[in-house]
Amino acid sequence: MAKNKNIIRHKMRESLSDRILVGVIYVVMTFLAVITLYPMLYVLFASFSDPIQFAIKKGLLFKPAGFSIIGYKSVMTMRTFWRGYGMTMFYLVAGTLINMTLTILGAYTMSRKFMLRKPIMLLMIFTMYFGGGMIPTYLTIKNMGMTGTIWSILLPGCISVYNLIILRTGFEGIPESLVESAEMDGAGDLTILWKIILPLSKASLATITLFYAVGRWGEWYNAMVYLESNRSLYPLQMILRETLVEGQNLDVAVDVMGVSTADSILVKEISKYSMVIISTVPVLIVYPFVQKYFVKGVMIGAVKG
Amino acid sequence: MKFKNFLTAFRKDLRKHAAIYIMLIPVLIYFVLFCYRPMAGLLIAFENYKPRKGIWGSDWVGLKNFINFFQSPFFWRIVKNTLWLSFGTLVFGFPFPIFFAILLNEVKNLRFKKVVQTITYLPHFITMVIICSLIIQFTNTEGFITTMVNTISSHTGALITDEKCFRAIYIISEIWQTFGWNSIIYFAAISSIDAEQYEAARIDGASRWQMMFKITLPELIPTIMILLIMQCGRIMSVGWEKAFLLQTPITYNTSDIISTYVYRQGFVEMNYSNSTAVGMFNSVVNLLLLTVANSLSKKFTESSLW
Repeated sequence: MAKNKNIIRHKMRESLSDRILVGVIYVVMTFLAVITLYPMLYVLFASFSDPIQFAIKKGLLFKPAGFSIIGYKSVMTMRTFWRGYGMTMFYLVAGTLINMTLTILGAYTMSRKFMLRKPIMLLMIFTMYFGGGMIPTYLTIKNMGMTGTIWSILLPGCISVYNLIILRTGFEGIPESLVESAEMDGAGDLTILWKIILPLSKASLATITLFYAVGRWGEWYNAMVYLESNRSLYPLQMILRETLVEGQNLDVAVDVMGVSTADSILVKEISKYSMVIISTVPVLIVYPFVQKYFVKGVMIGAVKG
Repeated sequence: MKFKNFLTAFRKDLRKHAAIYIMLIPVLIYFVLFCYRPMAGLLIAFENYKPRKGIWGSDWVGLKNFINFFQSPFFWRIVKNTLWLSFGTLVFGFPFPIFFAILLNEVKNLRFKKVVQTITYLPHFITMVIICSLIIQFTNTEGFITTMVNTISSHTGALITDEKCFRAIYIISEIWQTFGWNSIIYFAAISSIDAEQYEAARIDGASRWQMMFKITLPELIPTIMILLIMQCGRIMSVGWEKAFLLQTPITYNTSDIISTYVYRQGFVEMNYSNSTAVGMFNSVVNLLLLTVANSLSKKFTESSLW
């Protein structure tokens, strides 16, 4: 009896310390979440702030300083920004399409048994770990006459070997018997790919389409190096780099806004934050719906090294 | 004779798998044009390359470009800075997602867990340009981080233009951006741990704390080892986009890394051969490190990249 009590007391004491521990964990996790989220909230608050009140206010923001949508209104007048937005949408759609076509072809052929499979796979994998580097790559693109054209954005780096391996792993997970019986019925490789492999690999296709699309959305380096001579093709990220990182002047049509030149500097400051919001929101809207595919992709990739 | 056998076998294979070889054509063209042709361009590291003369017309100089680089005053600066940023990120950043995953795993409220995960994965989806522009905004003269740091410390002026602060800014923001995303793999590993182990430990009267560090952490060791070894293999290839976007000439003393130097040598100074030599040096060191890391991984964890 006494022994029994002892055990119970023992358990009670433990669960108390456990409860404290869990409490501490909740606090720490909440803190981490707040720290991660706050910079983004700050941008959101700043973007809706009143330019003059924001300029006076220093330190943290817990709500917009004043309220105004002048930042967004001025972004509406920036023509280069919207042209960049349009170009990015184009690169995203066309580029991802090229990415996917080539990666599917590569992944499918690498999942089939033919003589040169191993050496070709090695040829591909080698490029993951070694390359020509900046200048030789630049000279190659230049010699092919691609600088200043959309091809310098769409083609270089359009197969990620990492994604190709993820997709191939997905393809290899499809029962061999399905493919064999199709071959028995006289189906060619193209039919097998189109009618059997692709419909059965929707999840991995979705995953790497998303990987590519996110990559396309954030791309800027190729544009910086190859599109110098044709700035009208700049994607959004390049416009953002020039205005936000390098601090070049925004092409806000200030006179349209009806504010004085002195105030216009403050308006531009706010509109930087509005630009960030406008160019991040599409990703954040899509993100919750596609999160599981990303997580799945990371997992497959990790297992395969 | 052997070659002849190979050829007949290949011809047979070509006929049998004609469709596959046709599908391969665009893929191979891509790799040849955009991966292997630039690799051939590495030759200019051994010449005094003049664009007008071309790769084959320029004068050969042997290893001169490499020797120049090793003797240049920038050599130690950029190697040191590269190592600082990558070791800093590794030492401070690597354990973070592990503990984050172990701690969050103890949270039984699924909704809370999901919200925390969603929030901490979020920075992964903000583009590098925007992340860097925000870092610059916040650590500039008027930025809120500068204001906060300057009130609680004796520091004055903007943080981003202070060469003493560059490394801290780089490393802290790197952790902020990646810890959530990098924890995914640990969550996956944790979810595959046998639940009976916890059950048995609970019956034996183990506390949560003990279970976290006597069961969960040891079970994660293989995953941790693989990731750690692979990270060591990438130690010289620290993410150049971020350093490039954050640096200004004022902070070059701490912010200039090998890859940003390669960029400047090539595209700003137009010193193509020098730039290529430095880049090639870096790639070769990377490849060596990765090979060593890989064989270590093979030996200790039985998993490897190739």
